[in-house]
Amino acid sequence: MVLELKELELRQGSFAMKASFDVDPAVRIAVIGPSGAGKSTLLMALAGFLQPSAGRLEWDGFEITKQAPSARPFSVLFQDNNLFPHMSVVQNVGLGLRPSLRLSSGETNQVSEALVSVGLGDMGARKPAELSGGQQSRVALARVLVQRKPMILLDEPFAALGPALKADMLDLVAELCTQTGAGMMMVSHDPSDAKRICETAILVAGGRANAPVATDELLRNPPEVLRAYLGA
Amino acid sequence: MAYRAQQINPWFGVGAAALVAALILGTLGVVAFHAPNAAQLGPSDWAAIRFTVSQALLSALLSVVFAVPVARALSRRQFRGRGMLITLLGAPFLLPVIVAVMGLLAVFGRSGWVSQGLELLGLPPVPIYGFHGVVIAHVFFNLPLATRIILQGWSGIPAERFRLAAQLGFSARDVMWHMEWPMLKRAAPGAFAIIFAICLSSFAVALTLGGGPRATTVELAIYQAFRFDFDLGKAALLAAMQLVLAGSAAMLALWMSQGQGGFGKGLDRELERWNEGSRGLDFISIAAAVLFLLVPMLAVGSRGLTALPSLPSVVWLSAWSSIQVALLSAGLALFLSLSIALAVTRFAWIESVGLLAIAASPLVIGTGLFIVIFPVASPQDWAFLVTACVNAVMALPFALRVLIPAVQDVCDDYGRLALSLGVSRWGMLWLVILPRIRAPLGFAIGLAAALSMGDLGVVALFAGTGEATLPLQIYRLMGAYRMDAAAGAALLLAMLSFGVFWICDTWGRRGA
Repeated sequence: MVLELKELELRQGSFAMKASFDVDPAVRIAVIGPSGAGKSTLLMALAGFLQPSAGRLEWDGFEITKQAPSARPFSVLFQDNNLFPHMSVVQNVGLGLRPSLRLSSGETNQVSEALVSVGLGDMGARKPAELSGGQQSRVALARVLVQRKPMILLDEPFAALGPALKADMLDLVAELCTQTGAGMMMVSHDPSDAKRICETAILVAGGRANAPVATDELLRNPPEVLRAYLGA
Repeated sequence: MAYRAQQINPWFGVGAAALVAALILGTLGVVAFHAPNAAQLGPSDWAAIRFTVSQALLSALLSVVFAVPVARALSRRQFRGRGMLITLLGAPFLLPVIVAVMGLLAVFGRSGWVSQGLELLGLPPVPIYGFHGVVIAHVFFNLPLATRIILQGWSGIPAERFRLAAQLGFSARDVMWHMEWPMLKRAAPGAFAIIFAICLSSFAVALTLGGGPRATTVELAIYQAFRFDFDLGKAALLAAMQLVLAGSAAMLALWMSQGQGGFGKGLDRELERWNEGSRGLDFISIAAAVLFLLVPMLAVGSRGLTALPSLPSVVWLSAWSSIQVALLSAGLALFLSLSIALAVTRFAWIESVGLLAIAASPLVIGTGLFIVIFPVASPQDWAFLVTACVNAVMALPFALRVLIPAVQDVCDDYGRLALSLGVSRWGMLWLVILPRIRAPLGFAIGLAAALSMGDLGVVALFAGTGEATLPLQIYRLMGAYRMDAAAGAALLLAMLSFGVFWICDTWGRRGA
């Protein structure tokens, strides 16, 4: 499998960026770069929330540029609003299987198993407001788990968590990816997040998203634009 | 954001908007077609226009002027019952006009408390009928509205700025000059224009407290042309005049109040203040406002309470009619406003149908419908249905004002997530939007039902002597000088209006 960004051009108001490279979805990829460079924009374009002004997206040789967000091979974790506050934990996870929430008994079991594997086996009946921030992230991850998409897109979903909790969540994501064989692409403004779980990294700067390179190498020998941002 | 567009079916909303526009513009067309040319406006018609404009100007001016000290006092004092008082300021909006009029008569009327007090001092009573009475009643209804709008302006001044003012040693006068006056310059004209527009379309107040050649509003003149002379041509001509008046006032109000919130979001926030200002003045402002608003309501309550057990059966019958009309009207308003609010996510321009409904006058719509129905059926048979429809259209702007932002927020916050999960259109509506907007939905339904319950407008035009809604029944009881029965019925009406609002609003808040 391969995700191809072919001469992709993204525009939002006066902002514009380009991206053209291939991605191996089996690898965990970080998207790093200065703020305002377009990291989230790139991710939202992949997820289908921003139509590129030019170029195409291909998955395994099939064009997905015009596909609806839910039809794409990605599950997404946003910065916020990942859970519906009026639904229970079970319902929120169940949405990943059936958006109508009419679950068969087999699917209900799947939901319970997913909750167990993120460590929330006994929290199914609660509403998101009754959970801590870390637990809410786990619910969203449980839903990603039942969605069984080949690739997970994360747009700084743990930015609001404390350092220890964030590290836990990153490890959990990495573990789930290994378990399910899914790939992931994660926007982060913190290079240590990238170092922690991502083998490769995409540098977004100066109106361009660059092809992924080894994270260690990129951070050890950062190009000029990244050096200013890292403050090294 | 284009991506949320596909998630909602906009065609119900387009249909609903077209229906409303057809009702308003269609009746207008009918009216215009039947109206003779403007040269036939007699001196009494010009007097009605002059009276309408002058009472609206004075009512709006007084409401805003009195509201400023009350709003300032509320914004800088913290006391027990402050929250309740702010809630109370919302009450006159739901209070049926006829009930308030009964209360004002009990206080300011010839044998009312104030007049009796004045008599003890050897002074003549307050003239409650005519110009004075109409203005007093309008200030009663609109002082709270003005206070809420201006209080919102005060709450909108960032707390940090007051902190800075304290640090720099501003006096109360400096605060007024540098911070409060600029805010008032923005907020007060909008409040004035809205109240002016509301008072222009006044019918029930003028019907009960005005009348006669010197105190007739255009809306009342339309009614009289119907009821007394059955002169459809003249009614149509007056209706056209009313439309021009109300339409231009609504445009003015809209233009001047741009960017202001509606129902007082964040009003309960208490500002921490360091510049105290005059305690005595604040106390007097709040006490005077409370007395002015509360005493008439208590007067109706106390008099009505004794009459409640012995109400004539016609009152109960008309109460039942009112409940049916209110429920039907609320249902209609709900269907129309929800469809339109959903469609606005796709076609923003649909929102403008709300503006049309603000400018529309119920008596004009009523006139048009009467002209249409009269040749083919007895308008009396249609009285309740027409009343429910017109009330629903009148409630539409308010319902839209709460529902549109609520739907928008849900789509902004969860549209992407729902889309990425592949939630269908129906799923989006039933699983996501409706549960999330339950609170504003309950509020809007309650508002529509309460407004319809207390409405005394089109029904007076259509109803025969046999049937009546409760407000009309009260008016008839008053006309027959059966004041005790009227007070009892007024109390019943107030309980029904507030009750239906409370039930819907509570339903909305539960589980929200």
